[in-house]
Amino acid sequence: MLYGYVLKLARKNMLRHRLRTGLTLAGIAIAIVSFGLLRTVVDSWYAGAELGSSGRLITRSEASLSFPLPATYSERIRKVPGVRSVTFANWFGGIYIDEKNFFAQFAVDAQSYFDLYPEFRVAPAELADFKRDRRGAIVGRKLAKKYGWKVGDQVPLRGTIYPGNWSFTIRGIYQGADDKTDENQFLMHWHYVNETIKALLPSLADKVGVFIVDIRDPAQAAAVSAAIDSSFKNSLAETRTETQKAFQLGFIAMVDTILLAIQTVAYVVVLIIMAVMANTMAMAARERMREYATLKALGFSDGFVSLLIFGESLALSLAGGLLGILLTFPAAASFFRATRDLFVVFEVRPETVLLQLGSAVLIGLCAALAPALNSRRIRIVDGLRAVT
Amino acid sequence: MASSLISIRELSKTYRRGNQPVPVLLGIDLEIAAGDYVSLMGPSGSGKSTLLNLIAGIDKPSSGSLLIDGIDIAALPENDLAAWRAANVGFVFQFYNLMPVLNAFENVELPLLLTGLNRAERREHVETALAMVGLADRMDHYPNELSGGQQQRVAIARALITDPTLIVADEPTGDLDRQSADDVLNLLDRLNGELGKTIVMVTHDPKCANRAKRQVHLEKGVLLSGSGAH
Repeated sequence: MLYGYVLKLARKNMLRHRLRTGLTLAGIAIAIVSFGLLRTVVDSWYAGAELGSSGRLITRSEASLSFPLPATYSERIRKVPGVRSVTFANWFGGIYIDEKNFFAQFAVDAQSYFDLYPEFRVAPAELADFKRDRRGAIVGRKLAKKYGWKVGDQVPLRGTIYPGNWSFTIRGIYQGADDKTDENQFLMHWHYVNETIKALLPSLADKVGVFIVDIRDPAQAAAVSAAIDSSFKNSLAETRTETQKAFQLGFIAMVDTILLAIQTVAYVVVLIIMAVMANTMAMAARERMREYATLKALGFSDGFVSLLIFGESLALSLAGGLLGILLTFPAAASFFRATRDLFVVFEVRPETVLLQLGSAVLIGLCAALAPALNSRRIRIVDGLRAVT
Repeated sequence: MASSLISIRELSKTYRRGNQPVPVLLGIDLEIAAGDYVSLMGPSGSGKSTLLNLIAGIDKPSSGSLLIDGIDIAALPENDLAAWRAANVGFVFQFYNLMPVLNAFENVELPLLLTGLNRAERREHVETALAMVGLADRMDHYPNELSGGQQQRVAIARALITDPTLIVADEPTGDLDRQSADDVLNLLDRLNGELGKTIVMVTHDPKCANRAKRQVHLEKGVLLSGSGAH
């Protein structure tokens, strides 16, 4: 019975200062949305790595990813026990019209690349056209849509790593096997790039950035990786082989500090709104000190009064929190639309929703703590004298 | 002489202002019989409100004894004291002290939440109490929709809803016009005369004080007259 009254009073008290309540609710909702979005940004960075197949290994230079490996390694890797097939790719790094038009470009082995990436689905006729045309390219569906490209279009790229003005003819558009597949890549013939560059910069010729290795048994990934690396031990270009997932996590590690900063900001946002909410509750409790004293005079316990304060604070923070959680989904969808080039997936995870809910509860509890303690401390006679 | 409901012996109260002790009540002896109607009078700072607060169990004495119906309320732990107040004391404040977010019915119902009464029983009690103070038709009104006199009558209904032995009233007419004050005093007369409630009332107003059966005067924390039970 008393709990019902606590809820009733909490609800009524919340509506006493509608503007203040409205602003506080909005503040909590915005904080919870921000928290959810920032968490999702971090999750999405890692999600890209988690999508990496554990049945594919990536072999790169032991020294650094920026040091290429001899293309001839391909045959030696293929002979390592457990390896089914090998392909390779090179970061091209060209500029399409303007530097702001950034997208991933890889010079790949046209004959084998798509065999190792079955999630990139290309119409057989388009793939055959691509394989035939050494100046051809295959682009992801989202990338083509973004720039309005269609099959047959010429795409000029200004080389950075490989100098000169390049032009590629789109021969096909690949579609992801699911919505988590990256559809923003631009793939051209490594052999075309290699032959062109041989005359200009022979030192860059016959080199590849990474080998992509398909293995027969994903459970043997560590053993096969070790076998590949030992094949090139003590050579001029030692290798480092790891699963695609580990390789992508290595990339993420490069921006670990930024991700940590984003996570910190997410929690700071919650702390800030906690302080704002605590101030709101302190003001509300101060205004109601005479009412609390009256309740105590009538025989209600200190605990009941504390419960009233906690009830109101939790009701307010949960209302704001739930509103924030509901708004997170459309906000995340808008954010994803606005940053399509950055993330392959951008999904608000259930864990994030739980954290948002937990944050809302924490905000409510912490905000009520000081006013509740104060209401217990104050003597009835002093509370009855309080000016409201 | 009727039996004493309130028995006060050598009661003193000292507050501290910083490091300075400020004596407010000095060795008060007072007997109040069951069914009595006592007005406490005195100038500001005489200690009359402090004495009322001690009798109501919302403050604790520094020394002396304060027995109400044989119970030494000064010795009760805080939770027991709260339960004792809920069962035995009805409060009427100068500024009514109603909950602004609750309507008249809900305000009067508040003390009943601490009893074991069910919803129907509570409704019956509240309707009776509000009818008694002449506000049966204002049950759904919120305090800001009622006049000062009506709010004080709601407060009186709240004070009597648990059928307490003792009603304490601190300047119950201090914020009211003459007519409303008379209405309130008439109600207190009825509570005392018809229901036998013991009333202790603090007032500055001699006209108001005259409505009580007995007047007790305090000055500078000392009882000047009217200390014996009637």
